[in-house]
Amino acid sequence: MNLLPFLCAGWLFLVGCYALATSRNLIHAVGALAVCQSSTYVLLLAVGYRSGGTAPVFSDVPPGARPVVDPVVQALTLTDVVVGATVTALLLALVVQIAKRHGTVDPDELRELRG
Amino acid sequence: MNKTVRLWVLGVGCAGVALLFVGAFRRLPEFGGSHHPYGARAVAAALHRHTANVVSSVNFDQRSFDTLGEQAILFGAVLGTVVVLRQARDERRVPPEPAVVAPTVRRYALVSLPLTLLVGLYVVAHGQLSPGGGFQGGLVVATALHLLYVAVDYRALERLRPVPVFALADAFGDVAYLLLGLAGLFAGASFLANVLPLGTFNTLASGGLVPLLNAAIGIEVASAAVVLLAQFLDQALELVPREGEHR
Repeated sequence: MNLLPFLCAGWLFLVGCYALATSRNLIHAVGALAVCQSSTYVLLLAVGYRSGGTAPVFSDVPPGARPVVDPVVQALTLTDVVVGATVTALLLALVVQIAKRHGTVDPDELRELRG
Repeated sequence: MNKTVRLWVLGVGCAGVALLFVGAFRRLPEFGGSHHPYGARAVAAALHRHTANVVSSVNFDQRSFDTLGEQAILFGAVLGTVVVLRQARDERRVPPEPAVVAPTVRRYALVSLPLTLLVGLYVVAHGQLSPGGGFQGGLVVATALHLLYVAVDYRALERLRPVPVFALADAFGDVAYLLLGLAGLFAGASFLANVLPLGTFNTLASGGLVPLLNAAIGIEVASAAVVLLAQFLDQALELVPREGEHR
């Protein structure tokens, strides 16, 4: 049984977690979170893959001529990408404010609360 | 917690998650198998509604209520970014400096600007036929506008891109999606039901509500990206701390 695509998704997630936990820079941490999230794209697309399948688009392939990969997970991946992009934008905005107010983007230096 | 302890906790947690992953993945259906019950039904439903791009059909017809939530997330995130990156009391706005651009960059960017804009509009308009749609095309359109910043400078971009107008367009796209959904209710069906004539398969006017929802999303995504990038560009180029104030 071919587990490699699923393991690849799991590996991406764990690598992202490692980077997130050991990050010394908040911008780097936001990037690490994006890596974590990209593991879900790989997982979703791997679940929907079909051997010999083509894209689920019938503008140039007559319906039924070839097997197609699962369109439902592809649509979920699109949702995932959009949400990931917006979350990244919002987090980067917060990083900009943190850098301005505290003068650092190292999470270890942001220990004490300041008014 | 010091660094070594932290790494150990992380290692144990990651190892546990890895074990759970492998256990779960072994029970998943075979990779590349031909048994996709949801996929098969989605394809059949899309063909029944005359929509050639099944992914668009899933997003804007079969699951269009979820897409309403998705675009609400987009709208909320843009709103949040605008609030977080607003001009603070200890900041002032300086007019951006005119910039010198290498002639090759300028020529290339000015040539690719209208092309990119056209490609973006094409991708939005053909969402029901070929890969693409409102989300993808909207971003391409927003990119086209920002080529002006690459080609000329920030002042040119600001003249062409009044942020309040794009903020309004963002809200307009959001409301248009809702109103198109309400059309289903007025036609006697459910919210966001595909009640329009379905048209001929594989033509521009096919898929009923799908191209219209795609257009609404295209407007929203394009203007959301413009507003979002405007906040970050303002931070980098226009907002500076007031003199003599400690931060």
